Amino acid sequence: MARIEAEVGKSKGGFMKWIDDRFPFTETMRYHVTEYYASKNFNFWYVFGVLAFVVLFIQLFTGIFLTMNYKPSAAEAFSSVEYIMRDVEWGWLIRYMHSTGSSFFFIVVYLHMFRAMLYGSYKKPRELIWIIGMLIFIVLMAEAFAGYLLPWGQMSYWGAQVIISLFGSIPWVGDALVEIIRGDYSISDITLNRFFALHVIALPLALIGLIFVHIVALHEVGSNNPDGIEIKNNKGADGVPLDGVAFHPYHTSKDLVAIIIFLIIFCSVVFFAPDMGGYFLEHANFEPANLTATPEHIAPVWYFTPFYAILRAVPDKLWGFILFGLSVVIPLFLPWLDRSRVKSIRYRGWIYKSALSMFVVTFLVLGWLGTMPADPLYVLAARVFSVIYFAFFILMPYYTTIDKTKPVPDRVVYHG
Amino acid sequence: MTEDDLDRNRRHFLTVATAVTGVVGVTAAAVPFISSLKPSARAQALGAPVEVPIGSLEPGEMIRVLWRGKLVFVLRRTEEMLSRLAANMENLRDPDSAEVEQQPDYAANDTRSVRPEYLIVEGSCTHLGCAPLEDFDVRPAESWGGGFFCPCHGSKFDLAGRVFKGVPAPTNLRVPPHRFVRDDLILIGQDSGAA
Repeated sequence: MARIEAEVGKSKGGFMKWIDDRFPFTETMRYHVTEYYASKNFNFWYVFGVLAFVVLFIQLFTGIFLTMNYKPSAAEAFSSVEYIMRDVEWGWLIRYMHSTGSSFFFIVVYLHMFRAMLYGSYKKPRELIWIIGMLIFIVLMAEAFAGYLLPWGQMSYWGAQVIISLFGSIPWVGDALVEIIRGDYSISDITLNRFFALHVIALPLALIGLIFVHIVALHEVGSNNPDGIEIKNNKGADGVPLDGVAFHPYHTSKDLVAIIIFLIIFCSVVFFAPDMGGYFLEHANFEPANLTATPEHIAPVWYFTPFYAILRAVPDKLWGFILFGLSVVIPLFLPWLDRSRVKSIRYRGWIYKSALSMFVVTFLVLGWLGTMPADPLYVLAARVFSVIYFAFFILMPYYTTIDKTKPVPDRVVYHG
Repeated sequence: MTEDDLDRNRRHFLTVATAVTGVVGVTAAAVPFISSLKPSARAQALGAPVEVPIGSLEPGEMIRVLWRGKLVFVLRRTEEMLSRLAANMENLRDPDSAEVEQQPDYAANDTRSVRPEYLIVEGSCTHLGCAPLEDFDVRPAESWGGGFFCPCHGSKFDLAGRVFKGVPAPTNLRVPPHRFVRDDLILIGQDSGAA
């Protein structure tokens, strides 16, 4: 019996049988691709996981080519980036793909996370997928932060100065920790060199490892869907979920369309607006780092600004750091904060719908405030929206309990 | 070997001994790697004290020097500037320089300096490390007697580097260790115990 089962998922003969006897190639392909069944009612929101893969590939590929010409030293970093832009054939394209890719990585990941909030994809039994996803997000933030120092421009230097100084607010160990991060008494050549190591090897390795685990966990429990129904509860005689279709060729062919549209938008930015009006590449960073003068206005790149606005809203250094850290980490607890009986927003009541809408507005407004100077009016607004941001999470156990939900159907439904 | 032959004590001992040895090994191996992250011998050497000639510094003039890659302000204050230091005491968070880490003992005085004329402070905002801008113009309407302003998050300091209340920076600007080698030469980074 065991002998027969061992033969399942193996090719009957030929070269593939030779491979399958030594490596579970056919079995793995079936399990993860050709016989991985995901719901057939996936919509627009379900393309961003695949798109994140596409951006990851762009970043790894362009990154390798950039390292061939970049010099991780304070004396040469800025000019080596200029060299890539001017003297290396097509260097400007490779660098703009990489810099635009970092912003698109966050756009895609934020939309991917929002999808999970729309359809309750973090709820049981997918808590671990969500937690691993949040770890990916945190590593991605570290990766982007380390990468931003590398051009050694004004904003690279002073942005790193501000963020590294944050760790100095930790009582007792703060100063020693900052010295270990920098490897020097100020941000210097040594700091740049180690951030390069983190950016090109340590963090990408962590990222790829976590993404692998993210997918393994997903394929164990199966994908959620816009109805928040477990399709494995309704299987046909052949053991295949009635509402599921194979990832390949059905979902892949749909994803291919999404990838093409994504690349059209991506290329438009790379070719026509690589700095995106100062949001993707900040203008202060076109000047080399100057240790004696801070730029008039310091703002992180747009994808950090919602959290930066929360940091600035707090009038105390240590509490600013704590709330900043908490604002990044708190979504990790969503699986337990959300007490609703249903997963999908389609079957939730008006309370959750309003709360989620307000959260989206809050996140966008905080993001905008984080790019603005610290004028009293903006700081006041940032305080108000910071309170709303945390209230969305902290009050969630209450309002998801009292919210009226609609009955969830047994099978997935189509809307339009 | 059957279950009966099993020496559980010996197995337990081996498990614990292996685990303990492993932990000791990992801890020992972690030391060189973490230590390698600290400032290297070269970084420490480059962090050596710097000599700053101040003979040509006019009253009211300020120069910026780098010590350990950190910006240091050297301001020669005028009599008039010094006279304004006592004016705004109630708006300062730490007017008496009580926070011991922010200056050596010899600078924990009314002017936060060895010689009242010369203010020597690190040009690094105690909030998040931006370089404050000098703003020495007196504006009585704003009760501003001159000082430093941080463009990043709006912290303000007076002409002795003392922080004002109601701004994000928690403490006064730090006074680095320094001493006067001669009347026209200061050494930043070393004080041999006393100025």
